[in-house]
This record gives sequence, structure tokens and C-alpha cells, in this order.
Amino acid sequence: MLGLSQKDTRFLFIVIALTLLTPFLLNPFPTDSALAQFNAGYPALMQRFAIYGLMAIGFNILFGLTGYLSFGHAAFLGVGSYAAVWMFKLLSMNVLPAIIMATLLAGLFALVIGFISLRRSGIYFSILTLAFAEMSYRLAYSVFTPVTNGESGLQLGLKDPRILDAPLTSASLPVPGLFGLKMNSSWTLDLGPWDFTFNVGYYFCAVVAILGFYLSLRIFRSPFGLMLRAIKSNQNRLNYTGLNSRPYTLAAFVISGMYAGLAGGLLAAMDPLVGAERMQWTASGEVVLMTIVGGVGTLMGPVLGAGFIKYAENIFSKINESILHSWFSWLPDGLEDAVVWIFARFVGEGWHLTLGLMFMVIVIALPGGLVEGGQRIARFLRRKSDDSAATTTPAE
Amino acid sequence: MSILEVKGVNKRFGGLQALGNVNLSVKEDTCHAIIGPNGAGKSTLLNCLVGKLIPDSGSVVFDGQSVLGRKPHEINQMGISRVFQTPEIFGDLTVIENVMIPCFAKRDGSFRMHAYEAVHQEKGIIEQAEAILADVNMLDKRHMHAASLSRGDKRRLEMAMCLVQEPRLLLLDEPTAGMARADTNNTIELLKEIRKKRRITMAIIEHDMHVVFSLAERITVLAQGTPLVEDTPENIKGHPKVREAYLGEAQV
Amino acid sequence: MDALFLQILNGLEKGGAYALIAMGLTLIFGTLGVVNFAHGALFMIGAFVAVTMQRIFNISLEIVDATQKDFLGNPLKVKVPYVIEWFGEGFGGFLIDWSVPLAILLAIPVMMLVGFVMERGLIKHFYKRPHADQILVTFGLAIVLQEIVKYFFGANPIPTPAPSDYRGTIDMAFFGLNLSYPIWRLIYFFFSAAVIAAVFAFLQFTTFGMVVRAGMADRETVGLLGIDIDRRFTLMFGIAAAVAGLAGVMYTPILSPNYHMGMDFLVLSFVVVVVGGMGSLSGAVAAGFLLGILQAFASMNEVKDIIPGIDQIIIYLVAIVILLTRPRGLLGRKGVMED
Repeated sequence: MLGLSQKDTRFLFIVIALTLLTPFLLNPFPTDSALAQFNAGYPALMQRFAIYGLMAIGFNILFGLTGYLSFGHAAFLGVGSYAAVWMFKLLSMNVLPAIIMATLLAGLFALVIGFISLRRSGIYFSILTLAFAEMSYRLAYSVFTPVTNGESGLQLGLKDPRILDAPLTSASLPVPGLFGLKMNSSWTLDLGPWDFTFNVGYYFCAVVAILGFYLSLRIFRSPFGLMLRAIKSNQNRLNYTGLNSRPYTLAAFVISGMYAGLAGGLLAAMDPLVGAERMQWTASGEVVLMTIVGGVGTLMGPVLGAGFIKYAENIFSKINESILHSWFSWLPDGLEDAVVWIFARFVGEGWHLTLGLMFMVIVIALPGGLVEGGQRIARFLRRKSDDSAATTTPAE
Repeated sequence: MSILEVKGVNKRFGGLQALGNVNLSVKEDTCHAIIGPNGAGKSTLLNCLVGKLIPDSGSVVFDGQSVLGRKPHEINQMGISRVFQTPEIFGDLTVIENVMIPCFAKRDGSFRMHAYEAVHQEKGIIEQAEAILADVNMLDKRHMHAASLSRGDKRRLEMAMCLVQEPRLLLLDEPTAGMARADTNNTIELLKEIRKKRRITMAIIEHDMHVVFSLAERITVLAQGTPLVEDTPENIKGHPKVREAYLGEAQV
Repeated sequence: MDALFLQILNGLEKGGAYALIAMGLTLIFGTLGVVNFAHGALFMIGAFVAVTMQRIFNISLEIVDATQKDFLGNPLKVKVPYVIEWFGEGFGGFLIDWSVPLAILLAIPVMMLVGFVMERGLIKHFYKRPHADQILVTFGLAIVLQEIVKYFFGANPIPTPAPSDYRGTIDMAFFGLNLSYPIWRLIYFFFSAAVIAAVFAFLQFTTFGMVVRAGMADRETVGLLGIDIDRRFTLMFGIAAAVAGLAGVMYTPILSPNYHMGMDFLVLSFVVVVVGGMGSLSGAVAAGFLLGILQAFASMNEVKDIIPGIDQIIIYLVAIVILLTRPRGLLGRKGVMED
């Protein structure tokens, strides 16, 4: 179905179901309970899951399939955001033209940068993309201030032309929307002690992300995807097999740049305020982290990685010592303090440390990231249950 | 009728004359061996044929078209396939994917943006790939990762990847280098069979005289970057110049 | 004319920092073949060694000063650093004032130790892995290191002044030029030149250096000669870490250290390395000074008026052009990572 094998179709439907049910899944704890702080089902965070998941999916098409490690994708994210805000300012508050423009402009930008950077491979490619991203970031802060509004960031104004929209009637800034549906409007469902929030912005991002995921699934299973994997495996053989690797890598680069631009456009659609720090190379590093942590080259990995990192950034970082003390109050006093001290180093302010350590462990020992970790555990459990059932079928 | 015509090719690396005025003509439907002692310029010559190196002067004409200045993938698309000294395959892909890639290259050319088709629906390509794997007795291994194959199987896989393109000319760079005797003999059998069944023109660079005399129909002897003689295997065996070149090597 | 010369000085000082970091990076890449994204973090740790030194000298005890009274008329408690209590106002005060230069003495052993631990504990296992893996794992290490530093020293920049005699500017008059230039920046240039000279001398004139140079040229052959190249390379990693650390120590009066300064310098130093040529020490040094001076010139108003924004991007622009036109960099050896 949909040009997918049966297994992939099932996979896609599971992903769709999970995405649509996210407001439930991420709010498992009753609103008044002590664990409610682990609920992630609020709109701003759910939007981020979808948006950064989308960006990581795109990055994975380049890095996961071809092995070309780009440290410059934040530049495309930034270009997408700026393009979207300008569409809001000039044309209309409708999000569709904004995200389309964001994707196209980022694609164009990626075409130029990719065309130049892909003349080299390996570490030189990484450094070239790094140099381009730093250049874009610095230019956004300096020469391009008329376009980017420099340090204060680009935002909407009451006097913006917005030629397609009716003139403003109120004195407040307009909100991006989709044919009248405001992105920031939410509907809350009270179910006993639970509250679930359904947000228009999240669902819009989710639909776009699902489309992005479907497209990436198609690319993974296509002859084009096969060629990209062949480039990672043995570019020399590919060239001697009559295939020109340059246009393949460039196409992958542009596609992943467009994903990043689309993600940038969505970010701007959710919150139309863009600063240049979005383009800094450490922001590109974050996408690299997401992809690796989740599982580079796997379909679901980047999304999981993005979700994990955004969850940690917003939830782990809120756990402070007093919360830890309340958790470990059952321990003897001295031990409690020691345990709390140790945990406090890795949560709250210290969650970056956890992230860095985890990233290192994954690079060292678990090249497939969380996805491979999950598969290993599943295989281990299956073997155990097989053993206990004393089945004779050999393991696959 | 000769399919590959090399005329007056020179190549220098700094002060070293790697190839000096090389002339070579490979006839269609023959197996042409290029032999010579170490450092005779065999590999340099091969690299000039596939676009990895560009000669300083001279011409290389394949099937009426010059290959000079073309990239490796363009030369392959003209009909020249190459087997490497150590098998070059896609280690991370499965055996059948390895063979499907040259099938796509043959059907779609050096680049096509087929990002929205699905590999599993490419029935024609899959059939083609399975047929060639059956030919080299590897059909049962088609879902294995290529990197996990034995060395002999890797060689056969690489051969299958070249054969499935139905090349006009197959270049073999010491296909038995570093192999045990049994593997070498298997490879010879495989190549003989290919020659007999598919009538593919081959140019083979080889060190091992046993391999050369089992396969070659014409032999060119290179020494110090220049062709000494070109003749049939029978005549080469007794040729004084050839003995001299090889004895010279043995004394070193 | 004065302005031009001033920019040359600026360039030399910046270039000194670039050259030192890039040299350490190149030592590691040239000897071990490892692309080290944690090198910026070593620079940062060096800077924080200076901060630590300053803090150590300022550890104080509280004593009651009978001669002073607080506003309630009670004897005033004042904090007096131990070093002053022990050595007196003169020598103790000197120690506190000179904590940055003195930190060099602490930084060398500390940084070598950090380098050894890093190489033996982590980098060693990545010699055979692809460069992308090396980049990733050292990138992770850099994050971990900077978070550890952030925990101990906080997120804000910590002012670490130079000795008081060297804080101001110096007036120079020669060739009919009259310049006034910050003394410490001048010292930094001479310091970096001295460290660079020392490393070159070490590689050129000692047996150890000879073996390392041979190893950089052809590791396998040196290994075949029965020389334990690995141990020497470990030491080389320590030296590279120390060079980066020294660059950091002496840079603290110019830029108050913060925990993410390493990441800021990392990109620049990589750019310097590829411009100079991967694996070429002299290339790294030359490119460091060249880019430093280019950047200084690009920041002149006369230049900025012609090409706005050029000061922000000149280094990257040069790097891109060099990478595309000279795959080997300015002075890179043939065959070292050319694709």
C-alpha cells in the first residue's frame, strides 16, 4: 500500500497513530500528582518534538545514508525561519505560503552550499559545511541586519504590509494560522484527574512531520536510497560501476537541507520570532546529537533522538535538588544527601553532562543508538523466553 | 577488429617514466593478458584505461571513442568494467543489493533521481540480479551482508557485479593476487566459463604465469614501462626477451 | 600608517593564539591520525587552570584587624589570603598579582596529565575507527568537559587580570611611528612565538623528536624498526594538550574565560589547520599568523567600508577558497587525507 511493503505500511501506521495520540501518551500522570512535572504533553514541547523530529529525519537522509557528516544544517533551519517570518510580514499570516517559501529558499541555499562543499569528502566536507554555517551566522548578525534584524531578532510588526490579509482591526499582533485556524489555539479535555491539551499548532506540525517521515521512508526504500547507502559503503566501487556519486550526494544534501528549512519554517509558524543564534554551529551539533543518540541510519532513530533530547532539555533540566530530596527521603540522611548530590550532577543544570556522556557511550559502543539498544534488549528478552519455552526454532 | 586501441601513451611521475610509448591493441572476443615484472607499469596502464590517471601524451580509444579525460563512471558507461586486486564491493549492503546497483546503472545511466520508486517493486532488476547470482552459484547467499562473505565469494560477487552490466571489455587487475592455490584454480575456472559462455572481451593484468597461460589468447609483455613483445602464449613461452626480463627480475 | 602597523600587531597576537591551538591539533592529527574536536576544550581547561591558580592564591583566612573598626565600632574582620599571611605583603602579593604567568608552571603537568588520560582512556580506542567517529566521540567529550568546568566555575566569564605592571598599554616609537598597544597582547605574541620555537626545537633536535617526526611520515615503518611508537605518541598527545593549555592560560587576561570558549575557538582552529594543511606543523603556524593578520586587516574601517561584513567572514572565506583550490592546504604533505 502507498508504494510500501506490508511491513513498512504497518510501521507507518504505527508512527501515525503514535503521533496523533501524542497529547495522551505524553501526559500519563494526573495533573495534581507529584509526577505531573514529567508530563510533556503541553503544546510548546509537543511542537518541538515534531519539528526537531522532522529536521533529524532530513539530516538522517544525508548523514545516515551517505555518511557525509554536515555541521552546517542549522544554517538551513535559520534560513527557513527567516523566510517564513518574512512571508508572514509581507504576504499573509497563513502558514502554508510561509513553510513552502521556507522549504524552497533553504533548498536553494543548500544547493549552493552543497555544490561547493561536496567537492570534498570526509573531514574536509565537515569543515566546509562548518565554515559556511559560521559565515551565515555571522553575516546574519552583521551585514544582513536589514533582513534579520540582528541581535534583537526578526519579529512581526503592526505596520507590516501583509498584502493578502485584511487590515488589522485590533492593536495586538496577528497569530499565524491555517485558513482561520489559529496555530496557538488549544482545546483541553478533562478526563477525571487528567488534563489533555490538543493544540492546532501541534497537529499541524504533526501532519507535516508524518508526511516528511513517509517521504523519508520512500527514499530509504528507493533505488535512490540504495545508491546513497552504496556511497557510504564504497564510493570508489560506485564510480567504477558507472554511477556518478556527485549528483546523488548533492540531491541528498538538498533534500536534507529542505527538511531543515521546513522545520525552520514550522518553528517560525509556531513562534514568529527568529534570532540568528538559531544558525550557530552548535545548533547544527544538536541535530547531530539527536541523530546519533536515536540511531543513525535507522528510520525511527532520529525522531526518537530528537524527542529524547527535547524531553531532557525541558523536563530533566527542571529537576532540582529539592525534588530529588523528596524522592530519596526514604534513605538514611547521610546517604540521602550523597545520592541526591550525585543525581543532581546529572539532572537540572547538569543534563548536558548526561547528554554528553550518553552520546560518547553511544558512539563508542552502540552505533545504532537507542534503536539498536532497544533491538538488543528485545532480542535478549526473546531469547530468554525462547529458552524457557525450550523451543527448537533457531534464532534468526 | 580491435576494441581497445592504446597508442603512444606516456606517463611520468616526477622523474620516473612509468609508461614510455605504450602501444596496445585488444581484439574483440579475446582474452588479452598484460604481464611483466614488478614496476613494469601494468597498474599504471590499467589506471590510464579506466580514467583514474590521465596520460601525459598518447591516445586511448575504446570502440572508436577516446576515453581520455573521462571520469571513471563515464568510462564504465561506455562499456568497460573493472575488477580490483582486492575485491571492491559494497560491504554494508546485502549480496543482492550489490548486484542490483550495476543493474540500475545499466538501465538508468550514471544518475537518475528515482527517489519515489521502491526497490522491491523493481521486478525486472531483481530477476536480472538473481539470474547472475545463480550463474556464479551465490543465489543462496543473496540476503547475506557482503562484508561477511569469504574472500573467494567476494571475488565472485565482484565478478557478478561486472558481468551483469554485460561489459564490452572486462579489465581484471591481478584477480588471483594473494589467493591460495585452490581459490586461484576456482577463479580460473570461473573466468574460463565466463569467456566461453558470454564471449566477453577481457584484458587481464597478472603476475601468476599459471593463471596467464590458462586463460590468455594474446599476451603483451611490459618491461620498464614499454611493451617488449606481443604474441600468442605458445610463442611467448620461448621468447628470449621475455626470459631475460623475468630472469632479470629473479636476480634482483 | 600607524593604523596599519597596529593591525599587524593585532594580527600577530590573534595569530599567535590560532597558531598555538592549531599546532596542538596538528601534532595530534599528524602523529595519531585522530581528528580531535575536544582540542578547544583543552584550550579552555588551560584557561581555567589560570583561574584555579588565582583562586588558590586567594584562599583567605579571616583575621581581626584591631586597627580598623566597622561602623558599629567593633573590630573589623578582614580576609587575608594565606600567601600574604605566610610570605608577607611583598612576596605574597607578588604571587597573587602574578597568578596568570605562574599558572604556566601548574598548567604544564596538569595538561600533560589530562592529555595522557584522554589518550589512554579514550582516543586510543579510536585510531582504527573512521574520522567521523573520531569527530563525534571527541565532540561528546568536549561537551562533557565543558559541563564539568561549568559545574565547578559557573557559567559566567571570570575576570583573570594580568600582573598589574603589564595591564596598561605601552607606547612605542620607532620608524617615525607612534603607537600605543596593550602590553599583555604583545607579551602573548612573544610567548606564543617562544612556545612554537620550543616545540620545533624539541622535534628537531632530540632523538625523541626525530622518532616522532619519522612516525608522522610513516608510522608503519617506524613500528617495524622495533621502536615503541605508541608510548611516544601518548607523550606527544600530552605535549599537544600542554601547548593548547598554555595558549589558554596566557589568553585569560585578553578574554575572561568562560566554559564555552573552547567551542568558540575550535571552529577557528580547525579552519587554521586545514588552511595550513592537515598534518603540517609549519603549515599550521604559518596559517595561524596569516589568518590572524588577515582578520586584523579586515577589521579596519577602511576595508569594512568597501566590503561590509568582511571582518566577520574573511577567515572562513579564505578557508573555503583554499580547501577548494589546494586540496592539501598551503603546506600540507602529499597524500595526507587529500580527498
